[in-house]
Amino acid sequence: MLTSCALQRDRRERNGRILKHVFLIGVSVVMLYPLFWLLASSFKPENEIFGSLTLWPSSFQVENYTKGWTALPMSFTTFYINSAIVTVLSVIGNLISCSFAAYAFSRLQFTGRSFFFALMMMTLMIPYHVVLIPQYVQFLKLGWVDTYLPLVVPRFLASEAFFIFLMVQFFRQLPRELDEAAMIDGCSPFKIYWAIILPLSLPAMGTAAIFSLIWTWEDFLAPLIYLNDIKNYTVPLALRLFLDQEGQSAYGQMFAMSVLSLVPVVIFFVLFQKLIVRGIATSGMK
Amino acid sequence: MIKRFIARNAPGYIFLSPWLLGFFLLALGPILASLYLSFTKYDMVSDPRWVGFANYEYMFTRDRRFWKALEVTFTYVALAVPARLIMALSVAMLLDKGLRTIGLYRAIFYLPSLLGASIAIAILWRQLFEQNGVVNQVLAVFGIEGLAWITNPDTSLYTLVILAMWQFGSPMLIFLAGLRGIPRDLYEAAEIDGTPKWRQFTRITLPLLAPVIFFNLVLQTIESFKTFSSAFIISNGTGAPADSLLFFTVYLFNEAFKFFRMGYASALAWVLLLIIGAFTAIAFLTSKYWVHYENERD
Repeated sequence: MLTSCALQRDRRERNGRILKHVFLIGVSVVMLYPLFWLLASSFKPENEIFGSLTLWPSSFQVENYTKGWTALPMSFTTFYINSAIVTVLSVIGNLISCSFAAYAFSRLQFTGRSFFFALMMMTLMIPYHVVLIPQYVQFLKLGWVDTYLPLVVPRFLASEAFFIFLMVQFFRQLPRELDEAAMIDGCSPFKIYWAIILPLSLPAMGTAAIFSLIWTWEDFLAPLIYLNDIKNYTVPLALRLFLDQEGQSAYGQMFAMSVLSLVPVVIFFVLFQKLIVRGIATSGMK
Repeated sequence: MIKRFIARNAPGYIFLSPWLLGFFLLALGPILASLYLSFTKYDMVSDPRWVGFANYEYMFTRDRRFWKALEVTFTYVALAVPARLIMALSVAMLLDKGLRTIGLYRAIFYLPSLLGASIAIAILWRQLFEQNGVVNQVLAVFGIEGLAWITNPDTSLYTLVILAMWQFGSPMLIFLAGLRGIPRDLYEAAEIDGTPKWRQFTRITLPLLAPVIFFNLVLQTIESFKTFSSAFIISNGTGAPADSLLFFTVYLFNEAFKFFRMGYASALAWVLLLIIGAFTAIAFLTSKYWVHYENERD
């Protein structure tokens, strides 16, 4: 009697599980279809892109990539180099300045600490649009417009408070005894930061680096405002140029370049999925 | 005395100095400057000219596009935030219980959140909802006649709501972490008592998840008010068709960087700041009535 009940329950649970998988696979297909459509369209001949749900191209048009790469007045080589410069400098700036601030907030005693921490948290909600106009006026006066300085210099001044918050959460979990022991041994605060806190915080630094990389890579608003000359364009700005040329039926090339712009993000996601997932879950909690 | 004070505080302020500099030069300074500019007429050619409340008066009494931008933005926030959070919570609950292979699903559902902010995806979205795009093709399979979703002012905003819903990944991850924190024995006890599933949801899951829901709600609301790139790309930078995609940020951008009405745009920026500030404040002030934190009870 008991065993048949248990069997029934087992069967019901298994059916439930199968149902769940069917549903989740369905959702996955809907979620991924647009991405596969983009990938497929980037290889299709122009006349096959619209009007059909078939993903497989009748013939693979690799020219979409080769022609798309040089379709704009400058080649995408330039745009990728520009994006890479901005991204690398931004990541470095974020890591240094935000870990400095986070170290001060989480491990050092000073007057006004909680006041400044509250201010820092408030800056999290300030929309970029609010500071944009005075910043633009200022950078214009400095002669920085159409250079990468307005995009990069703020990163060295810990302008992305989110990363400070993320690192503070992590630094706080490290045992205080470490600092105290090091202090007794005569270590300076900088030595403690460099030799103890940073090496123990590689996961948090990694998460910050990856997010910072992806967000800078995808950033559109700041480059749109500060970069005018096409030779300074980053990849997202270049992609937008394809839209202006719409009607000249270069959809395949536009999709091909769109796919390429996503490739670095996808690669980093696949390689560092664990860090990304944990980063979101922990920064969201506590 | 003073020496000791300096010695005690110096390391903290030295490490904080990049942020402090940034805070004054890139946040506080510009915010105050834009408050000042919002009371001026400023075209970047001649110096700002003080006009008192004229910008705000014009905005609230005569500027139709301002009200349109508010309407578009609030409609978007009111639809996109619940849609995204409900999607995130439902999927997180499905993934939380009884499945061993959640890693792959989690990755698939999160990927769009990571890609969603990119211009490539905005470009893709425009094409998906074209007259002869994928969405209409799918509808045609079911015998439904499609629309020109993007160029029709009645439907264009919904394409962006769907784009927001597609990116439910990061609140989903936060919900998953929250669900992990709910003790299993509560459900087991409820199961033994014969409590129905939906009641377990309203009596156990929802109350214990309230802090996480609160967090996601605040975060997503702020994020949604700031939506820019996708609206900008899909509406060709103008808020078209018929201003149906005139997000507040898009309107502000155009006033500032297309028409160089920097004073007026600053006033718009301050209204946006006050709206977001008000929402955050309301969320925090009301939170004590519906959010109870675990450690408060012991």
